Amino acid sequence: MRAALHLLLFLVFPPLLMGVINRVKAAFAGRRGPPVLQLYFDLWKLLRKGAVYSTTTTWIFRAGPVVSLAATLVAGLLMPLGGGLPAPFAFPGDVILFAYLLATARFATVLAALDTGSSFEGMGASREVTFSALAEPALFLSIAALALARQSISWTSILSGQMAAWHLFGPAMAMLIGALVLVALAENSRIPFDDPTTHLELTMVHEVMILDHSGPDLAMILYGASLKLFLLGAIVVRLAFPFEASVPGHVALFVAGLLVYAVVMGVIESTFARLRMDRIPQILIAASVFAALAVAVILVRVNA
Amino acid sequence: MSAGIPKAAAECAFPNGGAVSLESVPALPLSALTAAATEARDRQKGLIALLPLVEGAASRLLLLLSDPSNGHLSASSFRLEGAKEWPSITPFWSAAHLFEREIFERTGWKPIGHPWLKAVRRHRELEADGDAPAHPFLRAEGEGVHEVAVGPIHAGIIEPGHFRLQCFGEEVLHLEIQLGYQHRAAEHLLETGTPARRLAVAESIAGDSAVGHVLAYCTALEGLAGTKVPLRAQAIRGVALELERIANHVGDLGALCNDVGFLPGAAYFGRMRGNFLNLLLEISGSRFGRSLIVPGGVRFDIPPDLQARLLGTLDRDEPQLEDMAKLVFSTPSVLSRFEGTGTIKSAAAVEFGFVGPTARACGVPRDVRSDHPSGVFQFSHIPVAVAEGGDVMARATVRWLEVLRSLRFVREQLESLPAGALRREPGAPRRSALTVALVEGWRGAIAHVVITDEQGAVARHKVIDPSFHNWFAVTLAVRRAQVSDFPLCNKSFNLSYAGHDL
Repeated sequence: MRAALHLLLFLVFPPLLMGVINRVKAAFAGRRGPPVLQLYFDLWKLLRKGAVYSTTTTWIFRAGPVVSLAATLVAGLLMPLGGGLPAPFAFPGDVILFAYLLATARFATVLAALDTGSSFEGMGASREVTFSALAEPALFLSIAALALARQSISWTSILSGQMAAWHLFGPAMAMLIGALVLVALAENSRIPFDDPTTHLELTMVHEVMILDHSGPDLAMILYGASLKLFLLGAIVVRLAFPFEASVPGHVALFVAGLLVYAVVMGVIESTFARLRMDRIPQILIAASVFAALAVAVILVRVNA
Repeated sequence: MSAGIPKAAAECAFPNGGAVSLESVPALPLSALTAAATEARDRQKGLIALLPLVEGAASRLLLLLSDPSNGHLSASSFRLEGAKEWPSITPFWSAAHLFEREIFERTGWKPIGHPWLKAVRRHRELEADGDAPAHPFLRAEGEGVHEVAVGPIHAGIIEPGHFRLQCFGEEVLHLEIQLGYQHRAAEHLLETGTPARRLAVAESIAGDSAVGHVLAYCTALEGLAGTKVPLRAQAIRGVALELERIANHVGDLGALCNDVGFLPGAAYFGRMRGNFLNLLLEISGSRFGRSLIVPGGVRFDIPPDLQARLLGTLDRDEPQLEDMAKLVFSTPSVLSRFEGTGTIKSAAAVEFGFVGPTARACGVPRDVRSDHPSGVFQFSHIPVAVAEGGDVMARATVRWLEVLRSLRFVREQLESLPAGALRREPGAPRRSALTVALVEGWRGAIAHVVITDEQGAVARHKVIDPSFHNWFAVTLAVRRAQVSDFPLCNKSFNLSYAGHDL
């Protein structure tokens, strides 16, 4: 029952987050904005369309979105949703598998982009790989800090009982949230790292890699992106709202937390300009430093 | 000065919008060209144009200069005898580089020693035949060097133009801009059409500078006919010109915000651009101020009720505009994107003869409205907005200062519109004459050069849009910059493709 609820929430809810972000941004711009359900409509529209394939592309291009979405879906099966819905699959070491499933998804997208032979997409691929290589230490150090705090390497046990962690390592937890929000912004190609709404190919990071995808392929990519936003959000929300409750209470808390998370993302996107591209590594390294400090703080407390 | 030519005969001077007879333009030997160009460069005169002039069998190069130190424009010409070629002046005066290429493109005459001689515009027929490319691009080679080609079809709703970037990783080594996709033979249409048609063509040279171009066009015709435009018409023309400037600068500030992903600036400036365009709509019935300005005056009046309405709109919009500018120019993440991006050195701005906000953002105080005032600007002065730095920040600052100053000017004019007629029909144009009309459009100096034949008909109508002077500034701005900053740099100039291609 809880596994079914987990799947339902994980598969159906994520596109709503995009809708919330866009509504918040619209409010800042003095507009009404698209319907909150717009991404669902878009996905439905794209799924009914045909796809156009360039003659220079090979099966790698077609496999890209499928592999990417599949990897993200599997990653979702390892992630508990708040305190009430444990992951359908939990085993020691799933935190590492989770990180590499996300990396696999990115790898497939990058290969598909390179397969087009377009100089734009090659440039985007190079940027994506560079920035994710810098975001990865921050993610892993954060995972390490959490694993140390809870003495576990499985998401379900790491993300349960966070209240105790806050009592023991409060400052470290705050730094971890900071690091993870930065990682989430970078990984999900949001402002200030990337501009998901720009039309300028030369400035894009993620968006330029998917320019040649259309129809169901594009639907898979957009859906996968919302899943990724949801998954990284799930970690942040559980850390930021560590309260314990009954199962329905947990689910409600989690959903509310995610909505807050989406609103915060929208506010960040509306009040910051994008970073200059050569500044992005600095911010990502700062995220790694936050996470490393959290590791240090937790180590000291654990050994004391 | 070269020896043997008395200074008085080396050029003939006239005010902006004035006409001189063709005979009074001195025809000097070709050997004097180098000296004349060197002197113009050293005295920091503006190069309005270098044009080919064909009269029967005789061929001349016509050199038109503007001298900000005394407000005069000047013309001189140089006889081409025998072989149709001349020693290029580009190697020591870069401002001439596109003009010499254009003469080569148009007539086949050759500037000997031009460092990069190829046609200005893209010509499909040239590309079709021959093995060598008609439009070779400067190429960088080496490990890690790659080429990025952008356009001519772009992702946004903008005009077509081809950009070839030579990059080393994320760093731009060189950008070459190939335009010409928008060529509509505008000059030819201005020489051959009916008067009504010509007016419409003049308004369409660059769609966002309709007022600027048609004002230059009408000023040139009025200069040839010796027409005095009524004061009220001059004031209304000034209001329209400044409203055009405000609308475009505000729109571009929004576009700059959009390019750095700063949502509030993009949304609000974008909306307010529309408000200022709507003021033009109220005056002329066209958001771009079309069909307002006609030879001899203006077609529409600003009656008292409209005057009150316009002032009321300004009262409402100005505080909003200032609030948003305050936010944009105080948001650290925006400033960090604007500052130090796309820097052009002040010396380069002088060397290449950049005009308008591009030059003023490099600390070069060139502005036709104060250097060579004509029309209402002879009576009402607008202070020149200058910024130092030559980067995107400086260009944004200059544009914002100009918005503020133009707003004040529009208010002043609306509050004290002179009484009188709207139009004085121009008489017959002077025969065998030359006139140059300069107007400070929102991108910079717009020049219309008109030469009449013995019957007083237009023999040659040359249009120089500020974009023609300024496109090379984009190349300079992105050198050694990041590829990802190219769109932002480009937007900070927002040059016209159509105005360049004509």
